[in-house]
Amino acid sequence: MNYQNAQYSEFDYGGDIGVVTTSINVEKDGIIIHVPIDPANSDYAEIMRQVDAGTLTIEDAD
Amino acid sequence: MALTQVRPEGLGFVNGRRNLIINGAMQVAQRGTSETGVGGSSGYFTCDRWRIDTGNTAGRVTMSQVSITDLAEFATALKLDVTTADTSIASGEVFRVGQRIEGQNLQQLAKGTASAKSLTLSFYVKGNAAATYVAQIKDVDNTRVNTQNFSVTTSWTRVELTYAADTTGTLDNNNANSLEVMFWLHAGSDFTSGTFASNTWASETNANNYAGSNTSIFDSTNRELFITGVQLEVGTNASDFEHESFGETLQKCERYFRQSGAYTGAIPTGVGGFVSQQGMNQTSGQKALTKDWETAMRATPTMTIYDHSGTAGKWDAINTSGNWTNNLNYTGIADQNAGGFKVYVNSSTGYGYGLHYRADAEL
Repeated sequence: MNYQNAQYSEFDYGGDIGVVTTSINVEKDGIIIHVPIDPANSDYAEIMRQVDAGTLTIEDAD
Repeated sequence: MALTQVRPEGLGFVNGRRNLIINGAMQVAQRGTSETGVGGSSGYFTCDRWRIDTGNTAGRVTMSQVSITDLAEFATALKLDVTTADTSIASGEVFRVGQRIEGQNLQQLAKGTASAKSLTLSFYVKGNAAATYVAQIKDVDNTRVNTQNFSVTTSWTRVELTYAADTTGTLDNNNANSLEVMFWLHAGSDFTSGTFASNTWASETNANNYAGSNTSIFDSTNRELFITGVQLEVGTNASDFEHESFGETLQKCERYFRQSGAYTGAIPTGVGGFVSQQGMNQTSGQKALTKDWETAMRATPTMTIYDHSGTAGKWDAINTSGNWTNNLNYTGIADQNAGGFKVYVNSSTGYGYGLHYRADAEL
């Protein structure tokens, strides 16, 4: 799969929870998708495989 | 006294929930009913749960859910129609179609124990010409396989293959991929140069998977393959196909993939089935739109958000007059899990928002 322009996304719940990294926003075959931080998700598993292989980097959240 | 004939278990009875395959009759195709140019990447394209697994081939097919009228009891089939042949086969080429099954749905097989059960795979198949392919069951947890050939003719044929019990290698009891049913249709020498051992469980040796005199579906653009009525069941007998309603099958499929809107077999558009919320305070601040599902998905899904025109990565806003405006940015997504999600926008003065979505938790 062709993943490009990956960036972590955060959400500020405030209070005791604070800022949580919620997903990776990435273009998959040209379509913007939101991939959860979950090893059971096949997109996440493939993204991390590509990161480990050095073919994809994930930018920090804005 | 009247005599009652008792048939062996699994022969002719409709005793429900026997089929380990989901969408075996190819009824449900949420992503769409036809996709051209399939073969360049692996994934799910048309009929739900049916995955294309491909590598390194220039061959391409149009993958379709098609209506059929020449097979009693079945109205739909999966069709692979070769549009680009590949007769110069490099060693690493492969093209397969199949289904992945969660380990927690397979514990009744008692695989890897002294009580291990046989499995029987049955399906209806038809081609444009005679062909021989391979139906493989793969224990993904232990990298063990069992392969058998099957023949295709120009008429519908029901193939029935019983796979021996395997007392080696237990299957994980979780929501991950533990067992694959895979129809091998094309492969290079990395997968053909070994020895084919029919109906024998063994640690996977790549060279053995497609060894022997098998057909390459990519040998000609005339090649077609139709398949439906796929059933995998415990035991040594192929029972009648376990038909179920469209609604039942759709509900099973939605554990792995679901989308907003009425079922159309395409990316949802328009405002029918729109996930929306109105009457929000118009002052600045964060606005959020949440959606929960009544039944959880297999795992946290990958989410794709669309506006009402079908543009990915956008959503709609509505004004106090009730008019929708599409192609607007949202800030992000949160609370994303197997039970639902939330899409939000910061620093907005909107009155309400709407979106369509696709949620993908496939294996």
